[in-house]
Amino acid sequence: MENNLLFRPGHTACAGCGQATAARMVIEAAGASTIVVNNTGCLEVFSTKYPDTAWGVPWIHSLFENSAAVASGVEAALRYLGKKDTVNVIAQGGDGGTADIGLQALSGMLERGHDILYVCYDNEAYMNTGVQRSSLTPFATNTTTSPVGKDSSGNIRLKKPLPEIANAHGIPYVATSSAAFPQDIQRKVKKAVSIKGPKYIQIHVPCPLGWHHQPQLAQQVGKLAVETGLYPLIEYENGNLISVRKIQPKPVEEYLKTQGRFKHLLNNPEQVKIIQEIANNNIERYGLSAEGGTSSGGKLEMAAA
Amino acid sequence: MFGPLIVKPLKSKGAKTGSWRIQVKPKFLNKNCIGCKICILNCPEGCIQAKEKNVMTVDYIYCKGCGLCAVMCPKADVIMVEEKSEGEKK
Repeated sequence: MENNLLFRPGHTACAGCGQATAARMVIEAAGASTIVVNNTGCLEVFSTKYPDTAWGVPWIHSLFENSAAVASGVEAALRYLGKKDTVNVIAQGGDGGTADIGLQALSGMLERGHDILYVCYDNEAYMNTGVQRSSLTPFATNTTTSPVGKDSSGNIRLKKPLPEIANAHGIPYVATSSAAFPQDIQRKVKKAVSIKGPKYIQIHVPCPLGWHHQPQLAQQVGKLAVETGLYPLIEYENGNLISVRKIQPKPVEEYLKTQGRFKHLLNNPEQVKIIQEIANNNIERYGLSAEGGTSSGGKLEMAAA
Repeated sequence: MFGPLIVKPLKSKGAKTGSWRIQVKPKFLNKNCIGCKICILNCPEGCIQAKEKNVMTVDYIYCKGCGLCAVMCPKADVIMVEEKSEGEKK
């Protein structure tokens, strides 16, 4: 019983929700001595359905955009009381609450140098309100505000490089992770809470409802996103890329064909080619390809964790 | 009049989400289990527990029947079986 005291069953997430797995991993890794500040979003709604709460730690929700700002206040109060060294502060939100609505609060928190871990659960659209596109929605995704039709093949914009934006603030720790790799989440959160200063972790969480796949395939879909190079798992420390998860790159079709949101791409090879190019750029840029691969980006071989 | 505005922690056990299951539920055979804990880590609900080292149990009051444990188990020690009757779900 002890091992899941901090995030209890009985919450009302969809069956197969990757976000529920990721949130449990984050809070278990951070430990009981933690204060959690939540943006509005799926996680806030399903874990704290009044009068119930799944959390075993102090938990605050204020508005959609300001979990980073509220957490800054919590951290400042703890510092004034002299308790900051014993208590972790985690601010968390979905991709919309982080990349669109809460970006200025996040940027302010990173710039002021508060000792807070910000966790972004990236399910690549506003799933809670009915799958509207956000700025972290990938290219050519079918959502309700970027629908597929005769003249449209989904979202026309590329995914916002939020880890790079966070890293550009010059903060001590930035990482991406995936709900399909629970041990990876735990390792990165444990590392992040041991570092002083603002930290940012972005976790890719499969969403059976919005991505249109079977709930039991959630972890396989998440794994494929990493293995095709579309979601690189990277770690920055003090602005330097210190480790990446090496992969044997797979063609992006394997990832696209698992999900209904990319169904329209199966007979549209030109769009698939663009997505493959995005994956190739990631592989080259971060040196994701394992030894013996075709990519030339291997400058971080010694740093691979 | 409105009841408490601050709820006590860990109260989510009130929602019996096991009634969400349709058709199938996981069955832990506990024959080939190697204690890798992949099912415990990956369960979105967090309702799988290790009773002993290689004996896993699932709490059917909260299990939503997503089937992740059956897909992820490296030893195929978890299978999805039909719900016996409508009454047993509750």
